[in-house]
Amino acid sequence: MKLFEYRGKELFKKYGIMVPNGRLVESEKDFSDLGFPLVLKAQVPVGGRGKAGGIKKADNLKDAKVKLGQIMGMNLRGYKVRKVLAEEMIDIKKELYLSVSLDRSKRMPLIMASAEGGMDIESVSDEKIFKEWVNPLIGLQSFNIRCIISKLGLGKEEGKKVSEVLIQIYKLFREYDCELVEINPLVFTSDGNVVALDSKIIINDDALFRHPDIIPEHVELTPLEKDAKEKGISFIQLDGNIGVIANGAGLTMATLDALTHFKGKGGVFLDLGGTDDPEKVKQAFELMKKAKPKVIFLNLFGGITKCDTVAKGVKAVISKEGIDCPVITRIKGMNEDKAKEILKDAGLVTATTLQDAAQRSSDLAGGGK
Amino acid sequence: MSIFVDEKNKVLVQGATGHQGVFHIGEMLNFGTKVVAGVTPGKGGQDVHGVPVFDSVREAVDETGADTSLVLVPARFAKDAVFEALDAGVKTVVVITENIPFHDAMEFVHYAKYKGALLIGPNCPGIASPGKTKIGILPGNIFKVGNVGVASRSGTLTYEIVNSLSEKGIGQSTCVGLGGDPIIGTTFIEALDAFEKDKDTKAVVLVGEIGGTAEEDAAEYIKEYISKPVFAFIAGRTAPPGKRMGHAGAIIARGKGTAESKIKAFEKADVKLARFPTDIADLIEKYV
Repeated sequence: MKLFEYRGKELFKKYGIMVPNGRLVESEKDFSDLGFPLVLKAQVPVGGRGKAGGIKKADNLKDAKVKLGQIMGMNLRGYKVRKVLAEEMIDIKKELYLSVSLDRSKRMPLIMASAEGGMDIESVSDEKIFKEWVNPLIGLQSFNIRCIISKLGLGKEEGKKVSEVLIQIYKLFREYDCELVEINPLVFTSDGNVVALDSKIIINDDALFRHPDIIPEHVELTPLEKDAKEKGISFIQLDGNIGVIANGAGLTMATLDALTHFKGKGGVFLDLGGTDDPEKVKQAFELMKKAKPKVIFLNLFGGITKCDTVAKGVKAVISKEGIDCPVITRIKGMNEDKAKEILKDAGLVTATTLQDAAQRSSDLAGGGK
Repeated sequence: MSIFVDEKNKVLVQGATGHQGVFHIGEMLNFGTKVVAGVTPGKGGQDVHGVPVFDSVREAVDETGADTSLVLVPARFAKDAVFEALDAGVKTVVVITENIPFHDAMEFVHYAKYKGALLIGPNCPGIASPGKTKIGILPGNIFKVGNVGVASRSGTLTYEIVNSLSEKGIGQSTCVGLGGDPIIGTTFIEALDAFEKDKDTKAVVLVGEIGGTAEEDAAEYIKEYISKPVFAFIAGRTAPPGKRMGHAGAIIARGKGTAESKIKAFEKADVKLARFPTDIADLIEKYV
């Protein structure tokens, strides 16, 4: 789960990392305890806010009111702005980049630091980004810190302060089960303080159960995706018009790929997982109907999941409530013959191969048009 | 021969008395797997399909000589279960459980390395050496004894591919599900290395997915060290781009992680790519 900037900064404060004086603002009175000039920052879970007009400077209260009105409710890369953070401007002497993330190949936490912090870290060349890996069994040691901080070309006092921040964000990374803790930029102010000007924190969804203080906000989900998440169904909406139901993420993706090959376009990605529980199958089908695809493509491989049990669930939904779009099915594996009988009986098309089914679905959907 | 596991592995199942445990102990016994013990704290003294259940892994190992563990416990208890198995001296641990916090996985993967144990998973379907043993939840009826090694990051997609191989009469030496999580104990590289050394494996099939750089890493390794023909399928060519990682992810990846990058890397390593999962069998017929 991606945390909003202001929530990330609350965690930074908890770990003793300085952040600018600021607060969430909704109306004029919220500015009473803030000094000017200040910056208004849209709280959205995507990058590139500044370029899209989601960050504005305000010199006085009147100015702040106008700009708050402009930012609040604006649409930033598909996200409606519902929260705005106001922060006092600080005087920047130097900008750094600092993060702890996960290196999947090495299976270790990875620290990255650069003296070239700021807006566009992705365009900073590799040799200017320094890396240090931490063995999770021994944890962050002093030598790790020395090795990476010494490369940043800082003075002794500066280096000490950045090291302190690194110790804290590593601690935060481990204690809060983070996928990423990133400060960009981490700035030196003219009075010698080290301040986190931005925060980007992603917490591993699978670990949320042990962090009751992190309240999930599924801001990145559509209403149907949210509904699905609550029911424990893996469901993603895309911009095509074919609804795909398959079991297992890999098979679901392979199904979408096959559709694309035949000029079809997947509109919904529904992964049944390992279930053949008729109730789950029913819920999944109902969700799919709500998404209003032009065609539904059911692609199943029954291993442990029995094909006929899934087919029974599908038939139950269709015979009770009907369905107003064609359903193409392709079923393979455990009890496939029984399943095909049941589906034919329910009036559905049963294809023999993945290619055949993908072709038919794509044609019926008008080649994605 | 086969890689990683064979008929000699003596398997204990952690989480033996749950719905999954009971079902899969039965399936494994049917396959011919030597399931010697179950472990569920508080359920010691019971049995599942005649397999004795113990309260702890240590006890199970002492009593039965088990050297392999299949972990089926819920995600929040998985770290403890894997540590317990490794600490009791178990040399092969297969972790089926999904949704394990990755910080937990990171810790037990490194502990396994420290203990010199083989860890497969998490979030994987397990491993099968047809005709010898099956340790996991893979359906037993899709396999056929033969000379193709399969390593996969996916579950059902693996079944699909293995099934189509068997239908064409192409048998397998070992099929290993590596797992779909960001942190896994055994990667394509270790599997490739083992298949290269296994004299009964004549060709290798890799089933990859978008995300991470496991396929790119494998491609580099193949160029250097693998002489046997390698075939691959990559799922997710048209999946929506991952929005998950921030800048740090983009920096690590630097354009890697997409299907195009994986396909390009495999092509450079002379790996034959299938467009549809079921085409792998045709490609193998053509080249091997």
